[in-house]
Amino acid sequence: MFDQVENYVTADGRTIGPVVMEMKNITLRFGGVEAIKDISFDIREGEIRAIIGPNGAGKSSMLNVISGFYVPQEGEVWYKGARRALMKPFQVAQQGIARTFQNIALFEGMSVLDNVMTGRLTHMKTGLFAQSLWKGKAEKEEIENREVAEKIIDFLEIQAIRKTPVARLPYGLKKRVELARALAAEPSLLLLDEPMAGMNVEEKEDMSRFILDVNDEFGTTIALIEHDMGVVMDLSDRVVVMDYGRRIGDGTPDEVRNNQEVIDAYLGVAHD
Amino acid sequence: MGGRPLAQTLARAEGPQSVPALLHRNAKQFTDAPAYREKEYGIWQSWSWSQTRDEVEALALGLLEQGVNEGDFIAIIGRNRPYLYWAMVSAQMVGAVPVPLYQDANAEEMAYVMNHCGARFAIVGDQEQVDKIIEVQEGLPNFEQMIYLDPRGLRKYDHTALTQYANVQELGRQHREKHITELEARQAKLDYDSTGVMLYTSGTTGKPKGVVLSNRNIIETAKSSSDFDGLRQTDDILAYLPMAWVGDFIFSVGQAMWTGFCTNCPESADTMHVDLREIGPTYYFAPPRVFETQLTNVMIRMEDAGRFKKGLFDHFMAHARKVGPDLLDGKTVSFGDRLRYKLGDLCVYGPLKNTLGFSRVRVGYTAGEAIGPEIFDFYRSLGINLKQLYGQTEATVFITAQPDGEVRSDTVGVTCPGVELKIADNGEVFYRSPGVFVEYYKNAESTADTKNPEGWVATGDAGFIEEDTGHLRIIDRAKDVGQMANGSLFAPKYVENKLKFFPNVLEAVVFGNGRDACTAFINIDLTAVGNWAERNNIGYASYQELAGHPQVLATIQSHVEEVNASVAQDEMLSGCQIHRFVVLHKELDADDGELTRTRKVRRRIIEEKYAEVIAALYDGSAQVSTETEVTYEDGRKGSIKATLEVRDAKVMPVSQKMAAE
Repeated sequence: MFDQVENYVTADGRTIGPVVMEMKNITLRFGGVEAIKDISFDIREGEIRAIIGPNGAGKSSMLNVISGFYVPQEGEVWYKGARRALMKPFQVAQQGIARTFQNIALFEGMSVLDNVMTGRLTHMKTGLFAQSLWKGKAEKEEIENREVAEKIIDFLEIQAIRKTPVARLPYGLKKRVELARALAAEPSLLLLDEPMAGMNVEEKEDMSRFILDVNDEFGTTIALIEHDMGVVMDLSDRVVVMDYGRRIGDGTPDEVRNNQEVIDAYLGVAHD
Repeated sequence: MGGRPLAQTLARAEGPQSVPALLHRNAKQFTDAPAYREKEYGIWQSWSWSQTRDEVEALALGLLEQGVNEGDFIAIIGRNRPYLYWAMVSAQMVGAVPVPLYQDANAEEMAYVMNHCGARFAIVGDQEQVDKIIEVQEGLPNFEQMIYLDPRGLRKYDHTALTQYANVQELGRQHREKHITELEARQAKLDYDSTGVMLYTSGTTGKPKGVVLSNRNIIETAKSSSDFDGLRQTDDILAYLPMAWVGDFIFSVGQAMWTGFCTNCPESADTMHVDLREIGPTYYFAPPRVFETQLTNVMIRMEDAGRFKKGLFDHFMAHARKVGPDLLDGKTVSFGDRLRYKLGDLCVYGPLKNTLGFSRVRVGYTAGEAIGPEIFDFYRSLGINLKQLYGQTEATVFITAQPDGEVRSDTVGVTCPGVELKIADNGEVFYRSPGVFVEYYKNAESTADTKNPEGWVATGDAGFIEEDTGHLRIIDRAKDVGQMANGSLFAPKYVENKLKFFPNVLEAVVFGNGRDACTAFINIDLTAVGNWAERNNIGYASYQELAGHPQVLATIQSHVEEVNASVAQDEMLSGCQIHRFVVLHKELDADDGELTRTRKVRRRIIEEKYAEVIAALYDGSAQVSTETEVTYEDGRKGSIKATLEVRDAKVMPVSQKMAAE
């Protein structure tokens, strides 16, 4: 495929950088069930990389391996040129990886602004005591971080709900708030778990626009899981297709669209 | 009262003679006082008068660097932002003419206007506007450069004819030496007769017309209207109405420049109510629709409130209705009533005004449509000095306005300073004032039709002046006033307004010109009717289903019959009672061409589009099937099919006099 270091330019004129993350022969088992079977692929800097597949294909498991939540029994994960060791979630966050969840994991009782501010946690250095006094460094730090949070609120056009408790928001907006919180961490790699699940066409279009804008504006590398084929094909630079834990395709949207195995998986040809 | 002779007003023409000159005066006089504010990133950012002057000048220099010539037209499109107001003044500085457009106009509407004025430049808000112009760019031979504010999403665009606003200003600062003499020379040339702005009228009929307003129009009007209401330098307004509308231009540029008050721009359209509350404007304008929606929301929330709060609200509101308006007008009110009003202010009116953002309003105006007496009285009883004015683009807004202490819901006030008024034989209102527009751009024929050589302008509205008070009352659009088959007067808007005063009715269209009887289309108000349905456990899946619900129809029928009873009491107009009506299955919409962008009904288009429904209203059938084309916000088209029930309404006997004829 692509050479390891060389940059290349996509059809719409964006530059895709070198590989930032590489999966080498990953196998993940839950007891006797093999959720992922010997999968390899890479993610390049600045691209939108999609992982698609029918229900139960192992997409979410894959994302959890990328995020370091699951540790595969076999294979290696390489991130920014180093093999990744066993890590705690906060260490993953410190490495510049942020994610959203398929079934929304926001703090329901807190306002949108407070939720977005939690995304800034890894950027705050002052201790509990200084923050509770809110003097000197702690005050300055909060003001700086609030500014970042506000820019993201502005970017995702959620100013009108800034002070609204998350529990009162409709589903589509919650998804957007979750994206805001992930962005607040200023990640270098953003993982989106089914960002359009359960949305109507208009909400999907909005979300697609935001994902493209994030990639364009901040240069964030994005890996996303989605089962709406149409949306994925429009959004992504490259697509990995999974079925029953195996990799059945990898390439540009056009290549994947014309891949016979992918067509079969989606149209439901009998597996023998 | 009103009507200073024209000559005298003209003689006073001294001091700054153009909007840029006013800006320079303010920068010197009010240097550090806030001129513009905008909420961004959750904080109110503010610019003083001297900063504003610097920003405007930098942009003007940048425009010179970009090659803007004197007499060029610059289209300005976007939501209310200080940067776009500055763009208008910058355009004037370099001798060009700013042409603000409606930001929700679709690409074709924009293309028409930009072609008509031959705009060479456009200064726009964001990607959405850039996309629209790019879509129609090929059909605009004069168009050259676009300047945008918000760079978001525009990185990948071809930038040969596209520059960021901040970069133009930067360019201007860099090349200051090169252009400053030219800029000063161009500003020095501006006088009372040079064009200040061109505003396109929304046009209830036909294509929009470009109304040319001179600096004289803008400054004289701003001056006299500011005097009329005692506007001060320390006042605050919230700029949230479309920038292309003459009212916003006069409030946020004309009067703001004249008195030096501060113009505040909301963060986004959705946050308008929160921002209103935070700013607490002292001078506020809103069309009746905004007041109506707010009142509906208050009432809906009170319905859901606890019994104690609801009781408190009802008790004190009843008292406010009794004495509130009198207190506001300065009439005598007994000591006990005053005390009770004070208590009510503490418990209900004060907190309510604060929630609505009206705590500091000293002068409030509504205009554009008739406002329901209940709505009007509600706000006045709270102690908000809400008044009505009557105006139009061609008059630079002000024709008549209500002075403090003479406020009523059924008149539009007395003539503004410098305005003369006369009523033609057919009832049409004519006016003459320093605010009268110069011409319709490239349309001498329409100019001559509207404005006669002596400077009298036809408003197109029919009305009369009350003999004892001198207040003007407007009945309807003059061309909509017609005759029924039996010769009696037909004034559709008069009846429609009565219908629209019911919270359940959003819009009504009355037919009957040249026919035996009147009929009507009615749009229900989804907020009000939806809430009623919720409270009464009536399930519905769509607007269409709710609009066709038998109980909704019965409620609307009772409204229609009430209106008939009220219309029957008016001798002149008792023929306008509604015999049959339908509740429409879709909201009338500007995107479908049924309303103007300022939400006025386009009768002819509705008559064509719904011909079969109108036929059913007159042939006695009990229901009618119809298919209507609709346009979605993104421009796609679809259609809605529906079977509508045609209902008969009870009609009151026509008053004696008419029957005798």
